[in-house]
Amino acid sequence: MGYTKEQLLSRLQELRVDFTKYEHPAVLTVEAQAMYVGNVEGALSKNLFLKDKKQRFYIVSALANTNVDLKVLSQRLGLGKGGVRMAPEEALGEILQVPLGCVTPFAVINESARHVSLLLDQGFKSQKRCIFHPLSNDTSIALSANDLDNFLRSVGRDPLYVDLEANPKVGKDQPPDLAALVPSDSIDLPEISKKAPSSQSSVEKKISADVKPNAVKAKAVKTTDAVKTKDKTAILQPPVSFSDPGQFVEEILDKTSALLLSEITEESIQQHGGNLGVFVSDNIRKRLSSKLKNLAIIFKNTSYTEGFHAGTHHQPRRQ
Amino acid sequence: MADAVSPTAAAEEEKVDGVAEEEVVNPWEVSGKIDYDKLIDKFGCQRLDDSLIDRVRRLTSVPPHVFLRRGVFFAHRDFNDILDAYEKGDKFYLYTGRGPSSEALHLGHLIPFMFTKYLQDAFKVPLVIQLTDDEKCMWKNLTVEESQRLARENAKDIIACGFDVSRTFIFSDFDYVGGAFYKNMVKVAKCVTYNKVVGIFGFTGEDHIGKVSFPPVQAVPSFPSSFPHLFTGKENLRCLIPCAIDQDPYFRMTRDVAPRIGYHKPALIESLFFPALQGENGKMSASDPNSAIYVTDSPKEIKDKINKYAFTGGQDTKEKQRLYGANLEVDIPVKYLSFFLDDDEELEHIKKEYGSGRMLTFDVKKRLIEVLTELVERHRRARAAVTDEMVDAFMAVRPLPNMFN
Repeated sequence: MGYTKEQLLSRLQELRVDFTKYEHPAVLTVEAQAMYVGNVEGALSKNLFLKDKKQRFYIVSALANTNVDLKVLSQRLGLGKGGVRMAPEEALGEILQVPLGCVTPFAVINESARHVSLLLDQGFKSQKRCIFHPLSNDTSIALSANDLDNFLRSVGRDPLYVDLEANPKVGKDQPPDLAALVPSDSIDLPEISKKAPSSQSSVEKKISADVKPNAVKAKAVKTTDAVKTKDKTAILQPPVSFSDPGQFVEEILDKTSALLLSEITEESIQQHGGNLGVFVSDNIRKRLSSKLKNLAIIFKNTSYTEGFHAGTHHQPRRQ
Repeated sequence: MADAVSPTAAAEEEKVDGVAEEEVVNPWEVSGKIDYDKLIDKFGCQRLDDSLIDRVRRLTSVPPHVFLRRGVFFAHRDFNDILDAYEKGDKFYLYTGRGPSSEALHLGHLIPFMFTKYLQDAFKVPLVIQLTDDEKCMWKNLTVEESQRLARENAKDIIACGFDVSRTFIFSDFDYVGGAFYKNMVKVAKCVTYNKVVGIFGFTGEDHIGKVSFPPVQAVPSFPSSFPHLFTGKENLRCLIPCAIDQDPYFRMTRDVAPRIGYHKPALIESLFFPALQGENGKMSASDPNSAIYVTDSPKEIKDKINKYAFTGGQDTKEKQRLYGANLEVDIPVKYLSFFLDDDEELEHIKKEYGSGRMLTFDVKKRLIEVLTELVERHRRARAAVTDEMVDAFMAVRPLPNMFN
């Protein structure tokens, strides 16, 4: 499902990226990698795959000798001290779709990684070339930061370079300087396709007294489980019904027939007799009109957005 | 834009302890007990009376919005002209906005957007929504990135209010200022002296120049030529601005400048302030989550907040309540119901029964909790359906071919 090394490399060629490819036995660490490509023109990189307490993921890609302090990084992201840690192994396969020891900025070519935030070491910019794995541990490629940027832009990413060794003060009057790099969407494992409702990723400042810590750590699908731990009486519907006409219609019919059944009672039959139909019909219109219109507008906006996405990503017809 | 709440968290200075505070109303600070009649006189706008509401009903063929019926939107400038033109077949566009200063939105923040959605649907007109991330970056000392991030987050809640993407353009100042928009900003800026802005907004020598030069940014969305991708060929299009009355200074300035640069004056339709849970003398503040109902509150939180913190006009004991009835003037649950309970008959019934003492505070609160819970749930559901791509679509500089259909 994820891109292969070959697909990535041919994409780089299409983009006219000037890279040098080195093949070697599979390596799991920077030290091992250095044994094979330590002397080529290019600076080695170390690549961390991190996650925070709210199921948001980050790739931190740095020069091998840049000092990356996770505590400092966590504060700069506005996640407090100890807010980030190394992501679990499963996440590597599920989200980045790369094997162990192969975290690389190129992983963002995969759809599954679209909500992963990518932080790049400023130090890359002062190197002629930098070395990364092209989605596979048995190969390393060296390319310039500019070319990496070209690739990133081609997959819809904005390259963001950060001084990873900086340790700015974070406090009441100094907001966390990297807060903008925190993804707005969290990622559920194992079902990546179902996006967690964006309202669930609330800001630290908000006091949510009844969100129990378990709900955040749990890997279960957020929609229904988080609903239960939040002690809600209404069940949050997943957004899927808004892109599926069948489900949309079912929901309309569910609401309508529920109201219909509640309106037709012994009492109302006695009261209205033959006019019951008119009475119930008016009531349905009065009570459901605005609710159904709200559903319809969400359906419309969702469809428009799908079209918009298709339009902005479509390949021009080959001449 | 500052928030339509009373008093706002945007207040910079600490309030002086003491009773009768001089009422203050400007885009960054609202405090004191507000006398709306005096305000209308002082600002020079007009009351929105029943005949206007009737006219809206006739022109749109839908029931007027609850905020119109209950006098939440109570003042206007030139709304009649908008309706005159509309009757002749000349449409208009809507302009409203938000200053994205925090992630957590409460019900007071939603009010202008709920009303604007009604106007969009009833009149079938396009809408531009301005997110003044630059303003908040300057006034709240946020980083540029943080204010941009908040703008996008707020955009999601705004979209969840139910705007039609085929008629709505949302933009952030950091993204959009430039081109035709900026040209209009300069035209406006040339017409307003430094002394004038000091007079309108109260700037001092200590304020940085970013603040002083900000007002044109909020003024120019009133002019269709600021949006060439939408309104080219429609230079005569009128603009209607639904906002809270504390925004009036910006638009007084704008209306003053408009004819001098060859544009229509924008019309305004203005709302009162949404009271804090603790009543007229309470401060709705971002640091006190119990001063307001947030769109992220759970049903339990809503219930607790209303039961524990809502200021009531009910009597201390059941017996006294039955004897004397409730003071509806200061009762927050009834005030909130008048904002959010659509059924006029039911509201009248509650007011009558509660005011006379036949109904207890407990019952009124219970009904309010139901109404608010339903509202917040609907919002949350709609919010969950808003993806980043949807925000991109709303914010894309694109033509809106069906904006008047």
